[in-house]
Order: sequence, then C-alpha cells, then structure tokens
Amino acid sequence: MAGSASEYIQHHLQNLTYGNLPAGYERADGTVTTEAGWTLALSGKEASDMGFWAVHVDSLGWAVGLGVLFLFLFRLAAKRVTSDIPGGLQNFVEVMIEFVDNSVKETFHGRNKVIAPLALTIFCWVFLMNLMDLVPVDFLPQLFHMAGLDYMKVVPTTDVNVTLGMSLSVFALIIYYSLKVKGVGGFVGELTLHPFSSDNLFLKILLVPVNLLLEGVSLIAKPISLALRLFGNLYAGELIFILIALLPLWAQWTLSVPWAIFHILVITLQAFIFMMLTIVYLSMAHEDSH
Amino acid sequence: MNINLTIIGQAIAFFIFVVFCMKYVWPPIMAALQERQKKIADGLAASDRAARDLELAQEKSAQELREAKQQAATLIEQANKRANQIVEASKEDARKEGDKLIEQAKAEIEQERNQARNALRAEVAALAVAGAEKILETSVDASKNSEMLEKLAAEL
Repeated sequence: MAGSASEYIQHHLQNLTYGNLPAGYERADGTVTTEAGWTLALSGKEASDMGFWAVHVDSLGWAVGLGVLFLFLFRLAAKRVTSDIPGGLQNFVEVMIEFVDNSVKETFHGRNKVIAPLALTIFCWVFLMNLMDLVPVDFLPQLFHMAGLDYMKVVPTTDVNVTLGMSLSVFALIIYYSLKVKGVGGFVGELTLHPFSSDNLFLKILLVPVNLLLEGVSLIAKPISLALRLFGNLYAGELIFILIALLPLWAQWTLSVPWAIFHILVITLQAFIFMMLTIVYLSMAHEDSH
Repeated sequence: MNINLTIIGQAIAFFIFVVFCMKYVWPPIMAALQERQKKIADGLAASDRAARDLELAQEKSAQELREAKQQAATLIEQANKRANQIVEASKEDARKEGDKLIEQAKAEIEQERNQARNALRAEVAALAVAGAEKILETSVDASKNSEMLEKLAAEL
C-alpha cells in the first residue's frame, strides 16, 4: 500500500489491460515504442490511450473462470442426475433450477427453450462475479502483485465492459425475438405507432417521429440501464470496501463486517434483478399485442 | 472506465456459457425433475387407489359378516323349530306309550282278578262243602249237591 490515498484508490480501480499501443508512444517507464504492438499497460494513462483495442485481462479472466466454475458444478450435477433421492450437489442445483424455472414461468408464458437456461446462467454467473466483492480488497491484488502483475481488479461486474457485454447480448436477443415473433412490420409498427395513435392517417404519420423517439429511447434505455444498474451497485460497493481499507487496521472490521453482511444482500439482489429484467424484457419482446 | 474489446469478449463468453447451459445442463436436470414429479404423482395415485380398495374391501367384509349373521340366525331358528318338533313328537310318543302300558296293566289286572276269582270260586265251593260237613257232621255228597254248589259259586 504505497502512496497517497487517492493513488491507492486509483490503483485499485485500474484494470489489468492488454492492448495495442501506437508507434512512437512514450511509455510510463520512459521507453518509447518503436512500432505499434500489443502489450500490457503499465499505467492507467496507457490503458486509456490504448482506446478500444484493448482487453481487460483481469475482468475477462475472472469472469470466464467463474463462468466455467458455475458450468462445471452444474454439469457435474447434470451428469450424475437421478430422479431418486438426490445428493447434496444435486439438491443445490435443483433448488437453483426450480427457483429460476418458477421465476421464468411466472413472467414468461410463451414457449422458448432459451430463456430459462439464459436466466439461470445470468443469475449464477452474475452472482459469482458479484461474490468476488466479498474477498478482502487487498488480498488477491497483493497476491498478483507478488506474481509480478501490478493491476488486478477481481470483481468483473465492477467493470462496465462486462456488464455492457451481457446487457448488449440481452439487447440483441430482445431485437431478435421481437423480429421473429412480430415480424419486421410488427416491430417497426410497435416502435412507430405507439403510444400515440390516431384513426386519421395524416395525423398518424405526423405522430410517427414522436412515437419513434419515445419508443426508441425506452428500447435503448433497456440495455443501458441493465448494465449501469449492476455496474453502479457493485462499483459503489467496491469503492466503499476500498475506502474502508484506508482506515487503520484495528478499526477496519467495525465497518467492513457490517458492509460485507449488507453486501451479501446487494450481490444476490443485483444478480436477481439482472435475471428478472432479462426475463421481463424478453417476455415483452414475445408479446404480440401492445 | 475505458470502453474496449472486453465488451465483445464478455459477450462471446456469455453466448458460449448460455449455449452450454442450454445444451448440457438444463435438459438433463429438468428431465430428472419432471421424472421425479411423475414418480411422486404416480405414488400418490397408487396410494389413493389402495385407500379406495381398502374401503371397498371393508365394505365387502362388513356385507359378508352381515350375511353370515343372518344365515346363522336362520339356522338357529330352524334348529329351535326342529328341536321343538322333536320334543313335541317325543312327548306324544311317551304319552302313547304310557297309555299303552296303562292299558296293558289294566288288562293284566283284569286277567289276574278273573283268575283269582276263578280260584276263589273253586275254593269257596270246597270250603262251603267243608263248612257244611262240619255243620252237619256228615259228609255231604258233593256230587249230589253239586248243582247247589255251582249255584253258590256263581253267585260269588
């Protein structure tokens, strides 16, 4: 923990970034790149200078690792599944699956083989990624620091790229199912003929831009709000853990323990909200009549 | 807060995980859940059926018991009737027998009385003759007075 408090915080909020630096770029350690190439960013400035062509290795690594852990556990249970008396792992997996299945059935009444597994994946995966927030903030970064990696953000959902990546995938599904169920005409009609409608054809055409603006905004707002809600909650939670870590060692537990306990609720709730909203958006995409 | 390729990486990972979950996790577990549901439903139906069977069997056994009781009652009644008949018949027999015995005894008594009378008659004649001899101090010729004696004996 070197440097001032703001440096400490900024260091903690910096992703381990692997990206493309242009030729002739002066790096943080003073060297100048001779040609463009992919490398690990040495500072926050380098990471942002890399622009779009960079990958947050830590976010993606932890996200994929946790996703694989989730699928490994559930696949293990699925392989040994029995309709007789289930074991411990199967019990747990069945509880999760029934919980998700009930949530889906309550909200979505159509026939779709994708939505329920999608919701299960979202809930478990987001929950596991959020759960990393409860690992003490300095623990894993310190370990990786000793291994030679300077930056390590272990909570993937505090990276807006991760949450956007998921919400944009959901958005793509919303568009896909809207087009599939309603057809191009139906979908365009939904965007342009509601909420304001008229029997007069001229007035109807006049109202199209207004409707398009309103419906377009509400459509675009879906993935953005989905991503930013999860990101904001987890980012704020992480930030508070970092702030608590700035306290003297003997005082930290007085704040970090209550906050961690409260955070158990937050991470579960946020995972649940992400899943529920996905189901709701997709069921709206399936509804033919407005 | 840099927006970069991570979005696409995450989206690809998301896609792969969802497809994996949809293909290899959800169907087998769902199938097992449904199979267990079916098993439980079957079990409940079987227990319902068993309960109904039990009720039927109880009803049947009660019915049979009732019939058996009725039969027993009829049998007892018949037996009683028969016993009464037998008693009546034997009473009748006994009375007849008794009457017959009385009749026989009467006949025997009559016969014996007749015999005794006859014997007495004979003896009376002899005694009368003997008494008369004593009175007369002479012998009476029985043959001469036989007619009179016979008359006497007949009067006895």
